[in-house]
Amino acid sequence: MSGGVDSSVAAALLAEQGYDVIGLSMQLYDQSEQHRRFGGCCTLEDLHDARRVAAAIGIPHYILNLERQFDTHVVSNFVREYAAGRTPLPCAHCNSDLKFAALAERARGLGADRIATGHYARVECDEAAGRYRLLRGLDPAKDQSYFLFSLTQDQLGRAQFPVGGIEKTEVRARARQLGLAVADKPDSQEICFVPDHDYASFVARQAPEVRRGGPIVDEQGRVLGGHAGLHHFTVGQRKGLGLSRSSTGAPMYVVALRPAGREVVVGPRPSLERTRLVSTGVNWIDEAPRAWRPASVQIRHRHAAAPARVRALDDGRAEVEFDEPQIAVAPGQAAVFYDGDAVLGGGWIDAA
Amino acid sequence: MPVANPNSRIYFDYNATTPLSPGAIEAVTATMRDQFGNASSVHRFGQQAKARLDEARSEVAALAGADPSEIVFTSGGTEADNFAIRGAADAAEPTGRRHLVASAIEHEAVLNTLRALARRGWAVTLLPVDQSGIVDPARLRDAITSETSLVSVMHANNEIGTIQPIAELAAIAREHGALMHTDAVQSGGKLPLDARALGVDLLSLSAHKFNGPKGAGALFVRRGTRMLPILTGGKHERNRRAGTENVPAIAGMGVAAAEARGKLAAESVRLAALRDRLETGVLAAVPGTAVNGDPARRVPNTTNISFDRVEAESLLIALDLEGIAVSTGSACSSGTLEPSHVLRAMGLPPHRTQNSLRFSLGLFSTAAEVDRLLEVLPGLVEKLRGLTRRPQPARTSS
Repeated sequence: MSGGVDSSVAAALLAEQGYDVIGLSMQLYDQSEQHRRFGGCCTLEDLHDARRVAAAIGIPHYILNLERQFDTHVVSNFVREYAAGRTPLPCAHCNSDLKFAALAERARGLGADRIATGHYARVECDEAAGRYRLLRGLDPAKDQSYFLFSLTQDQLGRAQFPVGGIEKTEVRARARQLGLAVADKPDSQEICFVPDHDYASFVARQAPEVRRGGPIVDEQGRVLGGHAGLHHFTVGQRKGLGLSRSSTGAPMYVVALRPAGREVVVGPRPSLERTRLVSTGVNWIDEAPRAWRPASVQIRHRHAAAPARVRALDDGRAEVEFDEPQIAVAPGQAAVFYDGDAVLGGGWIDAA
Repeated sequence: MPVANPNSRIYFDYNATTPLSPGAIEAVTATMRDQFGNASSVHRFGQQAKARLDEARSEVAALAGADPSEIVFTSGGTEADNFAIRGAADAAEPTGRRHLVASAIEHEAVLNTLRALARRGWAVTLLPVDQSGIVDPARLRDAITSETSLVSVMHANNEIGTIQPIAELAAIAREHGALMHTDAVQSGGKLPLDARALGVDLLSLSAHKFNGPKGAGALFVRRGTRMLPILTGGKHERNRRAGTENVPAIAGMGVAAAEARGKLAAESVRLAALRDRLETGVLAAVPGTAVNGDPARRVPNTTNISFDRVEAESLLIALDLEGIAVSTGSACSSGTLEPSHVLRAMGLPPHRTQNSLRFSLGLFSTAAEVDRLLEVLPGLVEKLRGLTRRPQPARTSS
């Protein structure tokens, strides 16, 4: 229970359905330092909200200290990825390595059979195939299955997403009906622990060594300018390059980040186009296809999954070929493979 | 199976707070109903309220071995500790004696008050404790100087119940011309208290730790002790604590103090027997357990036990879901759990400081409750140990 409306309503719905519900919230970092170091997720205020909701729906509520695990699995990884010139996806790590790992394990120790969250996604048991299926949330605008691709069959088997089958407007309506104080609380931001969306400053505070500049070069290796650290950039970025239009002729985009030479490689928009990618650390929810199989592939949260074909490679890798070129395929983000609403699997974009 | 009926819940957290005795409830409600007057008023309404205040002052003085004129009522233990330290420090400031000494295992009410003074330029020395949580008086001799204006060492510790050699420490403080304060919040009503015999100048009490209401506490201020008020305003409490007295709560404190004093001897014996039944029962039934603190020099109602390979946080929650309330040391306002500064100061290794539970008993505790705990605890520990997270290679995207 994050203190937001989704997990609040999720808990309320389960209690209403007669489940014996235990409310758990995670304390993820030292609250006394929140203003200096962290953004708006799971602040004391949110924990108070969660507690008030639990009291209102009549379930016990506890705050678990998972600071150490959050730092290991989410924050450190986020910082390391940015420092390496990649664009991390901490929410996915938080789900598979924290909520459905350490938190679920604690819950099991308390006698809980299942763990429910306020995610917009659905889980189904495909009895014929003997496996669980992960589906997009019913509300397409709110779907969060992209962030859940790394859940294993075991994790999916114990997961429950009570709001995945309803629309956000209905979730808010239910919250109002139940008289929950969080009914109109704004949605949380994508990367909750970074204050003001200022990833670069956050990364630089956590890992001061990233503040090392380097050259901005074009695809032919010509130096066009300089930069103050790779962590300021992400593939597809146009703003903040400090290059004048007159010197480059056309708008320039970040097309690659090369940590070895600390180079930011820029090029015109067509240079961002990719028709192929390889992902690593792939988790298959459906059967891993050894031969090419058609799929629609989503390469970032707000990306409309694009028609493609996908096949499993060795060493937990997968290869994707898009029907049409895609823009801004950023290493570190996830490539998630769908068949309609069903998540076939997904992995971390390595090279494009 | 979680307990559905809250009345069947078992409460082993008396060091956090206690349920009110029926007599204290009656005193609070009767005062609210019948003596609403302002104790400073001249008329009969005021006189009646003042009479309740005077009765309570006598009872609290008797509990502390003090004269009624030496009792200043406060809003609770935290204010009493703040008043003791800030009031003594403010009075000592012009003398230039700007050094304070306390033990490393004090309650936050003392530690954070000292930190606030340290930020104002005061020198603060924290005395270490030994493995059983006791301050060696020789350490005070080493630390105290002619600059020291106040020594503050708690009488009994809230987490482990260990009793400090206050009389010896007070004698050392007096030799050096320093005031001696003891936070007796956890010993008031549990141990015989005699402020004179202890030789202290200042002693803090809190009503809700001995079956009185929240919102009332007291500071014993030995006659002649130079103190400045920390709350300024009207001439209440002999000019030492401004603000209209919380007469209902103080009346409840008075009754609770009288009751506690009346049955202290018998309750000590009864609670020590219950506590020992709990402690030996846990040690026998759960492997990998150890008691923290001093086995002999401690208050009769408290035991603090470390459980190897179990996160105390999870065990506390599992017990609560079984209807049994315990604690992991001092309660924190956010409801989250931090490693204990007390156990750390005792030099215990992390697996003991992070995995300890405090069981504290009191007025309504029974042998049947202890036996219920002993029935469910071994199974819960076993289950949690079975799930202790195996180290897994962290999945990364790089």
